[in-house]
Amino acid sequence: MDIEKKKLLDMYRMMVRIRLFEEQMARDFADGKIPGFLHLSVGQEANAAGVCANLREDDIITTNHRGHGHVIAKGGNGYSLAPLVAEIYGKGTGLNKGKAGSQHLSDLDIGVLVAEGIQGTPLTLAVGAALSAKLKDTDQVAVAFIGDGTLNTGRFHEGMNMASAWKLPLICYCENNIYAETTSIYESTNLTDLTSRAAAFGVPGVAVDGNDVMAVYEATAEAVARARRGDGVTFIEGRTCRHRGHFEGDAQTYRTRKERDECLKRDPIPRFRARLIEMGAFTERGSDSIHRAALKEVAAAVKFALESPEPPPEEVLTDVYA
Amino acid sequence: MKEITYLKAINEAIDEEMARDPGVIVMGQDVRKWGAPLGVFKDLYEKYGERVLDTGISETAMVGAAAGSAATGLRPIVHIMFGEFLGVCMSDIRCALTKTRYMTGGKTKFPATIMTYTGAGRSAAGEHSACPYGVMMATPGLKIVAPATPYDAKGLTKAAIREDNPVLVFYHVGLILSRDTGLIPEEEYIVPIGQAAIKREGSDVTVVAIGLMVHRALAAADRLQKEGISLEVVDPRTLAPLDKPTIIESLRKTGRLVIMDEEPKTESASSEIAAIIAEEAFDYLDAPIKRVCAPDTPIPFSQALEREWMPDEADLIRAVKELVS
Repeated sequence: MDIEKKKLLDMYRMMVRIRLFEEQMARDFADGKIPGFLHLSVGQEANAAGVCANLREDDIITTNHRGHGHVIAKGGNGYSLAPLVAEIYGKGTGLNKGKAGSQHLSDLDIGVLVAEGIQGTPLTLAVGAALSAKLKDTDQVAVAFIGDGTLNTGRFHEGMNMASAWKLPLICYCENNIYAETTSIYESTNLTDLTSRAAAFGVPGVAVDGNDVMAVYEATAEAVARARRGDGVTFIEGRTCRHRGHFEGDAQTYRTRKERDECLKRDPIPRFRARLIEMGAFTERGSDSIHRAALKEVAAAVKFALESPEPPPEEVLTDVYA
Repeated sequence: MKEITYLKAINEAIDEEMARDPGVIVMGQDVRKWGAPLGVFKDLYEKYGERVLDTGISETAMVGAAAGSAATGLRPIVHIMFGEFLGVCMSDIRCALTKTRYMTGGKTKFPATIMTYTGAGRSAAGEHSACPYGVMMATPGLKIVAPATPYDAKGLTKAAIREDNPVLVFYHVGLILSRDTGLIPEEEYIVPIGQAAIKREGSDVTVVAIGLMVHRALAAADRLQKEGISLEVVDPRTLAPLDKPTIIESLRKTGRLVIMDEEPKTESASSEIAAIIAEEAFDYLDAPIKRVCAPDTPIPFSQALEREWMPDEADLIRAVKELVS
């Protein structure tokens, strides 16, 4: 597949923005500026960028506790990071008025239905969004971003079965980063080729290198086309890995040094950068300017969040009912 | 006015709302050809086709899909067959469907209706008989109704479907299977969510009764009337949000309160109503609050045991007499 140059550069910019955003959140969390807990997607950016580069604004995604990157990618490179940071800071100017935090971000205006912290619900909610698209006869698709741990939930089975029985325009995108919190898939399942699960629902199961954004893009393009045609569900496994722990502060004693080093070597950003330079899509200087612009953007977003007021106390009682 | 059964009233309400709004869909087990057990969705598949969806046994996916489709422009009705099955999809109801609006900062609404059958009295034993009102009332953002008459069944079902928030509707199996009819208007009407009804006026004791218990309270009121004791029967109709003013106003008049609730007593709807009265209307009480509930046990199968388990007129009459003696 030939991916046009603009698309390639957009995906690179997106990965860099997500990376620098996440690294900034890590520092801010360590500095005690962020309440609660924080799950970062550093190292997994190619999945968010490669999938969402195929989607329209009116397509719907759902995501999970590790969802910052998916929200940013769905919003596109023009999407402001300021309300996102403010939400993660718990400020009144946050995307969700400080009622969601890092783990429950949503913005239906850009097609982000919600981030759910109870595993499996991102999938079943996306089934509902795909059902809406089918019954209203739009050609929208829905994408559920789930992790490898979700495959052991009942919701995964129920959601995939229902979506395939009803032939819904759904892509179940599983970022397999090996670990559900601290438990590796080699301990929690006897079937570590996750795509083999797709056969149980009679849908295609595709594995891609989740650290190769072009491979992610291509696999998703095919799945999206299939969904828009009315041919139903695709399951994609993006094989990736976490640079950081399950949450910030996780000492990762359950991982070997060797395994973590191997993961760092697979870093999707330098890999894509080298490829783009080789393809002549940009020069080293061109790539540096993308980094500088993203740094500036993240810094401005953090400044906005820092200067934003806390939500007023009366906000406790609003938004319970429509 | 026309005569109608409780079951037909529910079916008519769903039919009318599906005709009125093409966004209303039904998801449930056996809904297409059977209209679900007991038949609340009877003949709707023939009329509305793909808007009536057989789901298979997948409660968590049903509720998740209801939340996802409600957020994106549909108005789903989900049929969770029996009240105890709500536990299968409890976090899906409490979190995905109900809390999410708050967590979006009020940006997204979730207009979904969950319908379920409740109630003992049919020898359905421990898993198909419960009225889990109290446990569901502890769900901020969820509205809950429990109609006791054909009039309320139709009016509250229509209100639930039109509501922009998640609503849980408890239909009592004993009422669905009853051949008794009630009067409803020929023309369209709604029973607003959040309004209790005085089902019988009286002066000595207020009885707050829910679902099938409303009928047992009314029967007890007839018997006690002959002995010169006058019961006022209040049907909350909506359990969340409760119509506190109507209950408190009735108590102000009678000074005595019995709550009749077909649930094990602990953490039941009666617990919450009693707590509200103790907190907000203590000065109107001339005697302690009495609760006529089921014992804190699973629901037994044997007809003899189940009769013993269910609160009945005799239990209520005993409680009332203790209050007025």
